[in-house]
This record gives sequence, structure tokens and C-alpha cells, in this order.
Amino acid sequence: MPPDPEALKSRDPWAALRATTNARIGLARVGDAMALGDVLAFQSAHALARDAVHAALDTTALASQIAGPVITVRSAVPDRETYLRRPDQGRRLHPDCASLLPRGDYDAVFVIADGLSATAVATHAVPMLEAILARLPMLRVAPVVIATQARVAIGDEIGERLGARLCAIMIGERPGLSVANSLGIYLTHHPRIGCRDSARNCISNIHTKGGLSYAAAADTLAWLMREALHRKLTGVGLKEAAGDLIGDRS
Amino acid sequence: MAQISATLAGKTFRFLDLKHVLACASPRRSGDELAGIAARSDAERVAARIALADLPLRTFLEDALIPYESDEVTRLIIDTHDRAAFAPVAHFTVGGLRDFLLSYEADTDRLHALAPGLTPEMVAGVSKLMRNQDLISVARKCTVVTAFRNTIGLPGRLSTRLQPNHPTDDLRGIAASTLDGLLYGTGDAVIGVNPATDSVPNGLALLDMLDGLRARYDIPTQTCVLTHVTNAIELINRGGAVDLVFQSIAGSQAANAGFGVDLAILAEAQAAALALGRGTAGQNVMYFETGQGAALSAEANFGVDQQTIEARAYAVARHFQPLLVNTVVGFIGPEYLYDGKQIIRAGLEDHFCGKLLGVPMGCDVCYTNHAEADQDDMDNLMTLLTVAGVTFVITVPGADDVMLNYQSLSYHDLLYLRSNFATRPAPEFEAWLARMDMTDRNGRVNIPEQHLLRRMIGHDAA
Repeated sequence: MPPDPEALKSRDPWAALRATTNARIGLARVGDAMALGDVLAFQSAHALARDAVHAALDTTALASQIAGPVITVRSAVPDRETYLRRPDQGRRLHPDCASLLPRGDYDAVFVIADGLSATAVATHAVPMLEAILARLPMLRVAPVVIATQARVAIGDEIGERLGARLCAIMIGERPGLSVANSLGIYLTHHPRIGCRDSARNCISNIHTKGGLSYAAAADTLAWLMREALHRKLTGVGLKEAAGDLIGDRS
Repeated sequence: MAQISATLAGKTFRFLDLKHVLACASPRRSGDELAGIAARSDAERVAARIALADLPLRTFLEDALIPYESDEVTRLIIDTHDRAAFAPVAHFTVGGLRDFLLSYEADTDRLHALAPGLTPEMVAGVSKLMRNQDLISVARKCTVVTAFRNTIGLPGRLSTRLQPNHPTDDLRGIAASTLDGLLYGTGDAVIGVNPATDSVPNGLALLDMLDGLRARYDIPTQTCVLTHVTNAIELINRGGAVDLVFQSIAGSQAANAGFGVDLAILAEAQAAALALGRGTAGQNVMYFETGQGAALSAEANFGVDQQTIEARAYAVARHFQPLLVNTVVGFIGPEYLYDGKQIIRAGLEDHFCGKLLGVPMGCDVCYTNHAEADQDDMDNLMTLLTVAGVTFVITVPGADDVMLNYQSLSYHDLLYLRSNFATRPAPEFEAWLARMDMTDRNGRVNIPEQHLLRRMIGHDAA
């Protein structure tokens, strides 16, 4: 007769500790090695993470979920392998896309970029966008830009061409084993080619498996955007002003 | 400087300067390609090695890769170069140094005596003329011993950093991961946590917990919160239980500025930690991490290839008599080291260069999920490094760092290395494991008895 799982659990001294961390503690041993079940669980998580890195973003499906005008662009990167090897190319627009971004008078542009996890963007970008727009009804917002094979700094060129005072780019973060679809948002005031990362504010770890909620992320982003427009800056200076509100995320 | 060139199959390849020939001689890697300084063909790469082999070692003392006037790391390297130690190899070419290092004559004592006479650029240069097995066999001959609460780096020993990271710095979660690691006999190099929130109050809370745990079980090891060096100084000022001061460093003044440090602040932190007098077995109070690609990612590589500028970081480390140094080899990303092959090669190079320069070199055998690598590559690298006599490796629960989101080695992996290569922990820690009934008569780590587990867990974290 197989052992009763509940009885086994009560004999497992690690049971209480597992609630304190998602680290892989208290794993079994076979000789020196990890038990096969744990090996396969690890490989499963790694496979999901790798698939997330290499998945292509379905831009048509994404655009259809967004109310209002959408412009789709791509970076100078030809394929995923180049994307991983050449972050410099992922920061620049493909030359064919420049004319798709007419200059206007905008407070902000929201860019949705695949980054390192298209699954994160496909899952979280639309609800995140809706949450932030609901908090900033007075904002003059440019058409939403969807960018593929893109790094964070592609928002600088997009924002510069559109003439937007702020660029908020939502981008798929590097997948981990526990979460393969985490979204990050980077906010840059006066976006232009060559902006330094220290001039941005970042909200990371947005996902639904114990990460930052859409509402909490939108509250922080709305505060940052209002203050950035008011103070005409983002980055270290704004982070210091924000103090405890944005904590240590950037 | 004379023209640097070599002819291969009737074609002559010319190199502009020392920096250029070093970059072209490097094994292929994505970071040098990203920087636009890699060899443009395999033939050019080998031609660069042929040319490099004939360069006199003295060239490296005459041609600074980054100007002396503008870079304090260059000044440190030149000003602290020991000409007497260099004398036995002063007449060699780079190729001649390679042959000497591999000769029977170059034993542990001679290599130890030579270390202060070698510059990072010489060591990086010779590594480019060495195959993986050469990097292993020479590193294996180097012994670098350091001490704080135990003794690290003795022959036949392999130490481990226990890395109990937690995504929100939950003290109970960190304690749980720490206990798990201790039960596998890991943690003799350091119990070191990367905080999710890099602030002084958070650092104090973590230090209190880790030091309390160490003191309660009387563990002969050291603890560390891997916070910025300026935070560490503040922690010391506030009475924090700082054993080791940690800092990430790189191989140029500008790259170090990107980390928010310079040599003066590192010296200030070392002095502050020394003043606490917490070491019992020795006074090596510094812990540094480095990694190929750090300088380029800070746009502070000055056209120097990523392996050579990485080796320059070891000169910075060496100056502060660290207890531990490790390269975070696969952590920085595929734009610097693309796949398992590049990560493995870089891990062996970094270990070799560190050891030859006299640095207690360890390695975070690791990769990220966007690199073309997996746990099989880590098995290969940890095995090769153990054969090479690596000072320590990093271990995390189940090889999965849930805070930094990358994969390193598991506690289980250490058991594999102990069993298959007869490597033992630091002697003081080994004796503690025996005293705690955590190892059997052969030094093999027991599968913990329920009562021991309950005692340790019940006491600390439940």
C-alpha cells in the first residue's frame, strides 16, 4: 500500500520552512545526487524560461486588444540570436520604421516591447496599460507603440521621434526558473538617443505569481509620471524624491 | 614599438599594437565581437597567437594598455610590480613563459615567488597561448592560502560559499536556505547573502541574523552581506557584525567608477574591517567579485579585450589581501559569453589568471536563462575547475537562485565534487562538521537524522 501523503508531509521537517521561501530547500538525495523528480522539475522550469526567451511576440493579437491607435515597429535586429548577442542593435529602430512615428505634442508615449520574455508582454502589458491610463485621464498620450526584438533604450529613439516628453516602456524581463513572465517598466523623461540608464526609473517584477500587482505598479508609475512631468527629470534625482514610495526598485 | 605581425599560409596579418594583438589572440567570444575588437577570422586569431608568442614579456611593462596618467589601476599595476620577482622570467617571450609555466621546474614554490613579478596583462597574454588543459595544470600548481575564521586554499581542499538569497530578504527564508546548505556541509568559504534591498537597515538585520546563527552553532566560518562598500563602512560605524567587506570590482578606473568605487574607498573599508579584529585564524577581510564583460558593459574597456581587462581586476583584488575572489563567469549574459563553450573557457581563464597572480580565486559556476547553456555545462565547468584546484565555488538550494534569477551549483553538486575528487572543506570547518555528527568517519556528509534536523530547524526558523 502506498504511504499516505499527508502522513509523509507531517514527517517532513521541511514542510513548515517551505512556506518561508520559494528556494528549492529540503530536496531529497540519491547517493550524492538530486532525486530524479527534483531534476525533472528543474528541467521543466528551465525549459519554460528558455521558451519564453525565444518566443516571438504576436503583435497582431496584442494590437487587437488595445483601444486606440497602435503603431508596430521593430529594432535593427534581424533574428533572436542576434538580439541576444547584440544589445546595441536592439536599442535602435530598424531604418524602415522611422517614418512610422510622426512628431506630435505628447506628454507621454507607452511602448510595449518583447524584451527577453514575449510571454510576459502577451500576458501583462494590456491590463497594465489599462490600469495606468485609468489613473492618468488628463495625459496627452501618443499612439501606443509595439516594438519587437527590442531593448529598453529603443524607447529613447521612439520617444524622440514622436516628440513625447515621457517614454514608459513595458518590457519582458529576463525569465527566471520560478517566474518566466515578469514585466518591467522603465520611465524616461525627455527621451532621446544616448540617454543613460541612470536617468531612468524602473518598476520591476510585475506578475501574478506573488509579484507586484497591476494596481500597485500603476500607482507607482502614475506618481512617477506626474512628478517627472512636474520636475522635468527621471532617474536618480526622482528616485530620491520618491523615497519610500518606490523603494529600491530602480 | 616594432611592427607586430605574423604570416599564416602565405598571408601576412598585421596588428596595430599590443592591445590589438591581445584582442585578436583571444578565443572567440561574443563580448569581444560586440566591442568590435575580435579577430575577423580564425586564421587572424591564430596569426595573432603566433605574433603574441614572440613578443618579449618586457613589452607589457613598456606599453600600458590603458594610459598610466589617466587610470589608477594601471598605476597600481606598474607601481607595485616587483622587478626582483620578475627577474627569473624577464628575458622570456610570452611563448617562453607558457613553456616555463608548464615545465616541471615551475613548481608551487617557484610560481608563488613569481606572482608579484607578473602583471595581469602578461598573465592574460600567456593564457591566450594555452589550451584548457594547460590552464588547468598550471593553476593546479598554484597554492594561495588565506584565513579569517578558518583557513582557505590549502592543497586538497575545496571550499564553498553558501548563498541563501531570498527575493524579499525574509529572514526566516534566508535562515532556512542556510540551514539546508549547512546540512550538506557547504559554507566554509563564506555564508554570503546578496540582499534584495541594498540599504543599511536591511543589511544590519541580515548581518544580525547570520552572525547569530554562526555564533549559536559556533561555526568556524565567516558571514557576509554583499552590499556596496560604502554601506559596509556605514554598517561597521553602526556596530554591525561585519566579518568580510564585499565589493564588485573591474579592471579600469572608469569601470570601478561605474560600480561607485575607487582604490581609496576600498582601502578605507579594509582598514575599517581590520579594526574590528573579528578574524581568529587570519586577517584577510575582503571579498571581491569580478566577471568578464563588466568593463564593456560600463563602457569602460578602452578597446582592451574582456579577458585581459578582467585580469586587471585581479591586480586590484590582490592589493587588498582578500580572503576570497570569484568570477561570476556566466552571470553577465550571452552578449559577453554566448554559450557553454565560451563560459567554460572563460571560467578556466579567470581561475588561471587569478591563481597565477596570487589571488584566492573561486568561481560562481553559473548561467542565465538567455545563454545557450544548461546544467550539463555547469557539471563540466565545476569538474574542470575542481581538477584545477579552484579555491571555492558558490552553491544555492537546488542550483536555483530565486532572487537573482540565474542558475549556479546546488548543494548536491558539492557532494559530487567531494566524493569524486576527494576534496575536503577548510580544516576548521571539517572538524566542526565531524563534531556536529554531520559527516561520517570517511568525511562523507550524512543524510541528516530527523532529530538533528528538527533540532536545528526547530531552534532557528520554524
